[in-house]
Amino acid sequence: MDTVTIEGTEYEVVAQRPKSLTDKPFTYCPGCNHGTTHKIIAEVVDELGIQHRCIGIASVGCSVFSYEFFDFDFISVPHGRALAVATGAKRMRPNSVLMTYQGDGDLAAIGTAETIHACNRGERVTCIFVNNAIYGMTGGQMAPTTLLGMKTTTSPLGRDAKRIGWPMKMSEMLAPLPGAAYIARVSMHDAKHILKAKAAIKKAFRAQLEDKGFSMVEVLSNCNVNWHVTPQEGVKFVEEQMTKNFPLGVYKDIWEEEKTASQTDKEEG
Amino acid sequence: MSDERVFMKGNHAACEGAYRAGCKAYFGYPITPQNEVTEYMSAHIWEHGGTFIQSESEVAAINMIMGASATGARAMTSSSSPGISLKQEGLSYIAMMELPMVVMNVVRCGPGLGNIAPHQGDYFQATKGGGHGDYRLITLAPNSVQEMAQFVYDAFVLADKWRNPAMVLTDGTIGQMMEPVDYTTMPWMDPPDKSDWQLDEFQEGRERHVLTSIWLDPVDMAVAHEKLIDKYERLKKEDVRYDEYLTDDAELLVVAIGSPSRVTHSAIRLLRQEGLKVGLFRPITVWPFPYDAIREYANSKHIKAILVPEMNWGQMIEDVKLAVLDKKPVHFVPKHGGLTFTPEDLTEPIRAILNNPEDPNTLWHVS
Repeated sequence: MDTVTIEGTEYEVVAQRPKSLTDKPFTYCPGCNHGTTHKIIAEVVDELGIQHRCIGIASVGCSVFSYEFFDFDFISVPHGRALAVATGAKRMRPNSVLMTYQGDGDLAAIGTAETIHACNRGERVTCIFVNNAIYGMTGGQMAPTTLLGMKTTTSPLGRDAKRIGWPMKMSEMLAPLPGAAYIARVSMHDAKHILKAKAAIKKAFRAQLEDKGFSMVEVLSNCNVNWHVTPQEGVKFVEEQMTKNFPLGVYKDIWEEEKTASQTDKEEG
Repeated sequence: MSDERVFMKGNHAACEGAYRAGCKAYFGYPITPQNEVTEYMSAHIWEHGGTFIQSESEVAAINMIMGASATGARAMTSSSSPGISLKQEGLSYIAMMELPMVVMNVVRCGPGLGNIAPHQGDYFQATKGGGHGDYRLITLAPNSVQEMAQFVYDAFVLADKWRNPAMVLTDGTIGQMMEPVDYTTMPWMDPPDKSDWQLDEFQEGRERHVLTSIWLDPVDMAVAHEKLIDKYERLKKEDVRYDEYLTDDAELLVVAIGSPSRVTHSAIRLLRQEGLKVGLFRPITVWPFPYDAIREYANSKHIKAILVPEMNWGQMIEDVKLAVLDKKPVHFVPKHGGLTFTPEDLTEPIRAILNNPEDPNTLWHVS
């Protein structure tokens, strides 16, 4: 039991900043879900006791400075290449725990090849994919996951499927690959879903720790600033529109598959 | 493989040099004329406790190398010209993060797809940075199968000494030809201790390690630049390497690298029989370039002219001219399209230049 003494009185610590976060205050915009996503990742890392063997890969986008907030080894890498860098690091240090933290532009546009092939090789790495349907850092351009009709600085009349295609569904694309161990899509729009997101992230790390294969959690998030809405409206948009286009759920669960396979064996045996 | 004299291909010898240097990671993508490297690595790196991945692209390969190098391992990739272009993004980040690694370019003819014949069109790219931003690679230019092994080996040592990416710049001829190699100059070694900066699973009780190439404030970026540039300046003083052949009395100095330097050897032997005093100066590090050594020749009384043969439109000659500073005429013999020099391509202009070293026409077209 952790205790803290304030003005001579000893108190029990019931909640505190996760040890896997540094003391640096988040620099993300008010209302953005990056901060909460960082926090639940750090809590998972603390709970699994892997802080001192975690290696983080910071990508390019709003989370380019994520290495300032997580308190473990980190490398900041070129746009879209996080899973290739993670591959090289994990192959050399199989006892370390690799986490990439990537946005939709990074993972689903410029890094599509690296993403698909890392998953297909079954790399023992964990990818946190934050999908907020827009390029936040560069000022609100269209992302591969921008919803149809959504106005951005490069789709000023709204995303038109005939011209630029449809929102990319990365979880659905990756889940059928045999290298995938755990693929889930979660949302950050309310406390209940944030708790579910944390459980999914924990499972994703477990997939790596148990040597099962590639794991990814797609985190639906908001960008109220570049969506030009209030934080409340942003959260509501995630709940009502984003989840409609990007259905929440577990797309691949290797433990469930193993269970089913062993049951089938028993029935057949 | 035992440590004795072995007859083998340049691209295979490069791998053996890497194994002896303790290389534990090779990630690469097929491209001719360097496929023998990727194939040999895929078959043998396991015997040395290493790992091989055939990557989905050159872009992925260089980033995998970035990850491996960041954890302290000795790591190498290789390719040929179009693939090396794809690696430039990664090399720029690797240079700024000061990650030691080795990349080999078995140069083919470009631009574009060009062809798979030997060429030297990537000299600028290899010696002036190559990707975006202000950085340099330590670049070694072998001209034999022995040197393919030795220079890959040396590149690992230099890369770790300076915490800088190193390139082995060779060409299709050197990569593909077979010669005997003596590995006794390449004792098996382990990489130096990098525990003060590497990313690893032993973070308990130490400060975390962060590798990055971003400094948003120009004042901070300037500090990072100055650190790099200070390193490059020290490197230029300490690790310039070159080779000389019959230069003591030479009236004409040929400056050449790679397979043209081998042809120059043959040409010099022929010309010396005629009594013509010709010597070869061969830069081994093309970055840092041996400006001072060439300048000494340019200032010497016995040198009348300098000749640069290159399998391109004139790239290294710019560095030679920077060294010579108009002290002596610098003549150029190009070879295009992936064609290779014959000794006669060089003996003919050399005879003419020695007849009239001050000839204002310094461009020698050979068919």
